Amino acid sequence: MSKLYSGAEIVFKCLEDQDVEFIFGYPGGAVLPIYDELKNHSSIKHILVRHEQGAGHAAEGYARSSGKPGVVLVTSGPGATNVVTALTDAYMDSVPLVCISGQVPTHLIGTDAFQECDTTGITRPCTKHNWLVKDIKDLPKILHKAFHVATTGRPGPVLVDIPKDIQFAKTNYSKPKSEKKINSKVHNQFSQNEIEELINLISKSKKPVIYTGGGVINSGPKASETLREFVRQIGFPITSTLQGLGAFPGDDNQFIGMLGMHGTYEANNAMHDCDLLINIGARFDDRITGKIDEFSPKSKKVHIDIDPSSINKIIKVDLAIVGDVNEVLRSVIKKLNGLKDSNKQKISKWWEQIQKWRTKNSLGFVNSDETIKPQHAVQRLYELTKNQDTFITTEVGQHQMWAAQHYKFNKPNRWMTSGGLGTMGYGLPAAVGVQIAHPDKLVVDIAGEASILMTMQEMSTAVQYNLPIKIFILNNQYMGMVRQWQELLHEKNYSESYSKALPDFVKLAEAYGCKGIKAENPGELDTKIKEMIEYNGPVIFDCHVDPAENCFPMIPSGKPHNQMILGPNDKEENKITGKGKALV
Amino acid sequence: MTKAKSAYSVPTKKGKLDTHIFVIWVDNEAGVLARVVGLFSGRGYNIESLAVAEIDSTKNISRITIVTTGTPQVIDQIKLQLKKLVPVHKVAEFKREDKNVIFKEMALLKVVGNKKKIEKCLKACKKLHPVILDKTKQSVVIQITALRREIDIMSKKLKSQGLVSTSRTGAIAMTRGALVI
Repeated sequence: MSKLYSGAEIVFKCLEDQDVEFIFGYPGGAVLPIYDELKNHSSIKHILVRHEQGAGHAAEGYARSSGKPGVVLVTSGPGATNVVTALTDAYMDSVPLVCISGQVPTHLIGTDAFQECDTTGITRPCTKHNWLVKDIKDLPKILHKAFHVATTGRPGPVLVDIPKDIQFAKTNYSKPKSEKKINSKVHNQFSQNEIEELINLISKSKKPVIYTGGGVINSGPKASETLREFVRQIGFPITSTLQGLGAFPGDDNQFIGMLGMHGTYEANNAMHDCDLLINIGARFDDRITGKIDEFSPKSKKVHIDIDPSSINKIIKVDLAIVGDVNEVLRSVIKKLNGLKDSNKQKISKWWEQIQKWRTKNSLGFVNSDETIKPQHAVQRLYELTKNQDTFITTEVGQHQMWAAQHYKFNKPNRWMTSGGLGTMGYGLPAAVGVQIAHPDKLVVDIAGEASILMTMQEMSTAVQYNLPIKIFILNNQYMGMVRQWQELLHEKNYSESYSKALPDFVKLAEAYGCKGIKAENPGELDTKIKEMIEYNGPVIFDCHVDPAENCFPMIPSGKPHNQMILGPNDKEENKITGKGKALV
Repeated sequence: MTKAKSAYSVPTKKGKLDTHIFVIWVDNEAGVLARVVGLFSGRGYNIESLAVAEIDSTKNISRITIVTTGTPQVIDQIKLQLKKLVPVHKVAEFKREDKNVIFKEMALLKVVGNKKKIEKCLKACKKLHPVILDKTKQSVVIQITALRREIDIMSKKLKSQGLVSTSRTGAIAMTRGALVI
C-alpha cells in the first residue's frame, strides 16, 4: 500500500506539483498544521504579510506580473473575511489566485465556534468556484482542480476551505491528472467563418478602431506580440482600457491613448465616430462606454473574448468571436496574409481626423514652477525610469489615472492596478508581490496619501524580505478623486474628503526601517527621484503636489464619448480656483 | 435633463420582459443550489418559481427548473452565466409560450367544510383531474397538476368554498415527442 500523508502534507505536495514557489499568508489557529509542515518543503517560500488583505493583493501583484497563479494561505474566521476584498478584486480583474483557508474542525462547523465563519458562503459570489473539504480523500483532487479552475478560461480566484481535522487526517496522495475540460467548458469555440467575416469587415472599413483590454495581457506575452503584428499589418488606430495598457507600446504612433472616462480626446472621439470597432479582450465596462444608448452609434462591432458571458452583456455586437486572444489573432493574421489589397489607403482620411483630435493635446496641463503638478511628477518618473524594465502598481484615485495617462508602457505585465473593483490600498501589497516575482527589477507604487494609509502596514513585509519597492506618493492631502467629483458635481461641498492629521511620511518610513524622501518643489524633483531609484531598499517618497489639481480629460457620467470635459488649457471655466481647503 | 450626480451611468430604456423557463443539470453537491440561486439574486434576476431534485443517483446529477422574467438580453446573459458555474453540466431555456414543451406545477389543496361544500370544490376542479389524497367527514386534501395560471385561478375560486391551505411546487418542464435536450 502506498504511503499515507496528512492533509497538511498533501497541501504542500499539491503546491509542489503545481510548481508554486511562493505563498503569501498569515498564520492562525485553524491553519497551524499547515504552517507546521512548511519547514519540510524548502522549494516553497512563505511571505508573511501584516494583514490578510495584503496577502491577497500581494498574490495578485505576483500573478499579474509573472503570469503564474498567486497562492494565499489564511486562517479561519477573520483571516478569511479579511481576504474577501482581495478575492473580489481578483475576480473583477480576472487574476488567477488560489486561496487556502483554514476552517474549524468538521464537528464544530455550524456551532458558532471560535473564529468560525461560513467561508465558502461568504466567498461564493467573489470566486470562480470554492470548496469546503469535508473528506480527506477529496483533498488532492480538489486542490489540483482549484489550480485548473483558477488558471483556465477567463482566470480568476478560487478558494479551498480546509477544516483543521482534515489537515491532520491521512490519505493517499494523487498527482494532478492532465485535466479534461470540467463539465465540457470550452474556451476556443470560434469558427473560420467568423474569422473570415472579421477580415471582410476589416477590408471594408474606412474608420476603424481597435479597443483592447486586460484579456490580451491574460492571454500571455505571446498575445501582445501577436496583437502588435496584427495592428501594424492593418495600420488601424488602437486604444486600450486601463487594464490593457502595455499590450501595445504606449509610445507607438498607432496608439491613440487610453479610452473611457479619463481617456484621451482622440481615443474617445475615435470610438464615437468609427465605423468598425474591434474589441479584443475587453468587456465594455461602464467607465469605458459612458452612455450606452449613444455608445459608438455608427459602428459595426466585433467582440473577441474568451468569456462567452461577456458577449452582448452590455453592448450588442455584430460579430462575436469566443476564444483565446492569441489563438484568434493568429488565425486572423494567417488569413490576412492572403488578402491582396490592404485598406491602409482607405483609412488615411480617418488618420488625418485622428491627428486633428490629437492636436487638442487633451492630456496637457498647466505646469508650474512653484508647486509640483502631479502629472509632471508622473512624467518625470517615467522619463527617469524608462531606460530600465520598470513595474508600476497603483492605488485608486486621481494618481491612478495620471499614472495611466502619463506613464507609457511598452511591455505587458508591467502595469498592475485595481480597475474593476477600484480598491484603495491595492498598490503597496501588490508591489510586494511584484518584487517577489522580479527581485532585480525596479518596482514603483504610484500612490495617493489616502490610499496608502489603508494598507500601510505592508511596509513591514517589504522591510522583512528586503524588497526594494518604491512608494511614490502624490500627496495632495485630499481623497483627490472624491474631491474632484464634489467640485464638479456637488457644488464644491467637500464633504469629508480632506485628510487632516496626515502622518509625516518621512518619519513613518524611518519608523518602518526604510528610507523616506520628501519633495516639495519642482526644482528638486528630478534629483530626489534619482535618489529614490538609486537607493537599494524600500523607499517612501512623499511628493507634495498641487492639492487643487483635477484629472482631465473627463467624460461626465451619463454622457457619450464626444462630450468630454477638457482640461484648463482648453476651457477657462474649468479652471480650478483652489479654495478647497477653506471649504472643509 | 437633471444633472447626473452619480459616478455611474444613467439607466437606459428597458426592453420587453418575457417569461422563460430554465432547466439546469448540475452535480448534486453541497452548495450547488446556493450557487445557482446566488447568481440570480446577486445579479438582480428574478425567480418566479424553483424546483429541484436529484434525477440520476449514479451520476449524481440534479435537475433544477427555474421560471424567470427578463429582456432577451438578460435571458441570454443568465444562460451564459449559468454555464460558467463549475458544477453546471448543461442549461436549456424555453419561452413559456413554447408549444413543444410541457410545463407543469403541482398543488395540494386542503378544503374544510361540510359534505356539500367539499363536493362543490371537487366539481369545480374536475377539469384539472383532481386526486383525492385524504378525506374525512369535514375535510379533503386534493392534488392537482396543471399550469401555474390554472392553479392560480382554481385556488382563487376555492377560497370562498372552504380552501384553508395551499401548498405548491415550482414548475417542471419536459419537451414533447421523442426529442431529448
